[in-house]
Amino acid sequence: MDTISLVFFALAFLTIVSSLMVVSSKNIFHSAIFLILALFGVAGLFVLLEAPFLAAAQVLIYVGAIAILMIFSVMLTARISDSGLRHTNEQVPTGLAISLGLLIVMLYSLWNTPIPVSEATPTGGAGHKLGELFLTTFVLPFEIVSVLLLAALISALVIAKRDGPLGGRGAGNETDEKREMEQGARPGN
Amino acid sequence: MFELDKLVKAVGDVIASLVTAMGLGSAWVTTVQLAVAALVVIVFAAVVVLFLVWWERKVSARIQMRVGPMRVGWHGLLQTIADAIKLLQKEDITPTNVDRGIYFWAPIITFVAALAVYVTIPFGKGLLVSDLNIGILYILSVTTFTVIGLLMAGWSSNNKYALLGGFRSAAQVVSYEVPMALSILGVILFTQSLSMGEIVSQQTKFHQWYVWRQPIGFLIYLVAATAECNRTPFDLPEADSELVAGFVTEYSGMKFAMFFLAEFLNMFSVAAIATTLFFGGWNGPFLPSWFWFMAKTLIGVFVLMWFRWTYPRLRVDQLMGFAWKFLLPLAFLNLLVTGFIILLVK
Repeated sequence: MDTISLVFFALAFLTIVSSLMVVSSKNIFHSAIFLILALFGVAGLFVLLEAPFLAAAQVLIYVGAIAILMIFSVMLTARISDSGLRHTNEQVPTGLAISLGLLIVMLYSLWNTPIPVSEATPTGGAGHKLGELFLTTFVLPFEIVSVLLLAALISALVIAKRDGPLGGRGAGNETDEKREMEQGARPGN
Repeated sequence: MFELDKLVKAVGDVIASLVTAMGLGSAWVTTVQLAVAALVVIVFAAVVVLFLVWWERKVSARIQMRVGPMRVGWHGLLQTIADAIKLLQKEDITPTNVDRGIYFWAPIITFVAALAVYVTIPFGKGLLVSDLNIGILYILSVTTFTVIGLLMAGWSSNNKYALLGGFRSAAQVVSYEVPMALSILGVILFTQSLSMGEIVSQQTKFHQWYVWRQPIGFLIYLVAATAECNRTPFDLPEADSELVAGFVTEYSGMKFAMFFLAEFLNMFSVAAIATTLFFGGWNGPFLPSWFWFMAKTLIGVFVLMWFRWTYPRLRVDQLMGFAWKFLLPLAFLNLLVTGFIILLVK
């Protein structure tokens, strides 16, 4: 086995094991940390594919922003690390069936799709090309995604800002009570 | 005249011939060369930190009309080495109720993240471990692991002060990362390249320094970078008067030393990045390039120390408000104006 495939299998192993740990870990903070490890493994795979720009973007966006915000919300949630949290519910068989079916569909389509492999050696600076394509060929999807993200941002602000004129929920006392009730209800399921 | 690029090349050739003489292929040559380079970077970082700790103590002492450490070595120069030996000898205490795995890995992740930045910093002509073509983007993405380490430390310590410290650091670093990245983008618009080597080579003359073309961008970078380092006036994550020692409260001995090392490594790399992006990197007349780089970077470090011992600490709400309501709009405006100017000039 040559070096490249050795590194590939090491990274793949890291990614898969930490992804499994994300869903099976009892402690939700541990899950978040393993998620970061899995995302890091994927970034390593991008590096191996000679796509360093994608790798850096992956780490910057998923680890740097999304995972940190996840950890943030884990920390903000009351009694989240209690050992009484249940991991599964009565819908395990249904879930298993659906995910197995999805796996079969994905494997089938992967098997039957011809994936064109370019003979050209990868150029180092993918950033330039990527930027150009975003502003020419793929400008419409790019803009749509931007607007979507902006909308999500504004709606998050509106939801978070309960007692202001935008929230329209009336006086502060009532909202405080509601918030307390919601917080009390959440951890105990 | 005293350039080190020839020496580096010679050492690289010697390694190459040695490895080839042992009957190993070219892949091994690269591996061994990179390993040696990594070792050199680690030793360099250790020496820099030892010096910076001493210097910070001296600067703070002078600002407060004291003399600082004087006993060990010339003007206390060896004081940090004595302190390091003391820390190494200390018992490695793990409190009973900590989350062991995460508690163990947190200082390591923070330290490695701080060290990994040094790979892409051009210390001088030919003194660059790896000129990645995503250079500055690599630095931005690697430094995010620092936050993860701090959060892990804060959570696993099982201590409310540590948790609050970790919390604050996450909020702060995530918020200030945005204006920092935007201020760097202003320079990238001019350079058209993310590679650190390329950015340096575009600023050979004094008037070509990007600080003249991006003065506001530089100021935004300076403020945001100070916040990224968790240094005063933005040192809320470890504000000792309210949080004991923040996320490092439960750490002692070598693990504490790793957080400490990481903080000083970050301070140096922030100054080094500022030197590379805004002050012409290692370019300078007469004297060797590594001298210019170190001189500019150490001036930057001095400014950060000066901040720390002059300004009072901000409040949490002021800190966040400043990032989102002032720094971010300013950074966007700066980027917009820069883009317009570049478009007009072309």
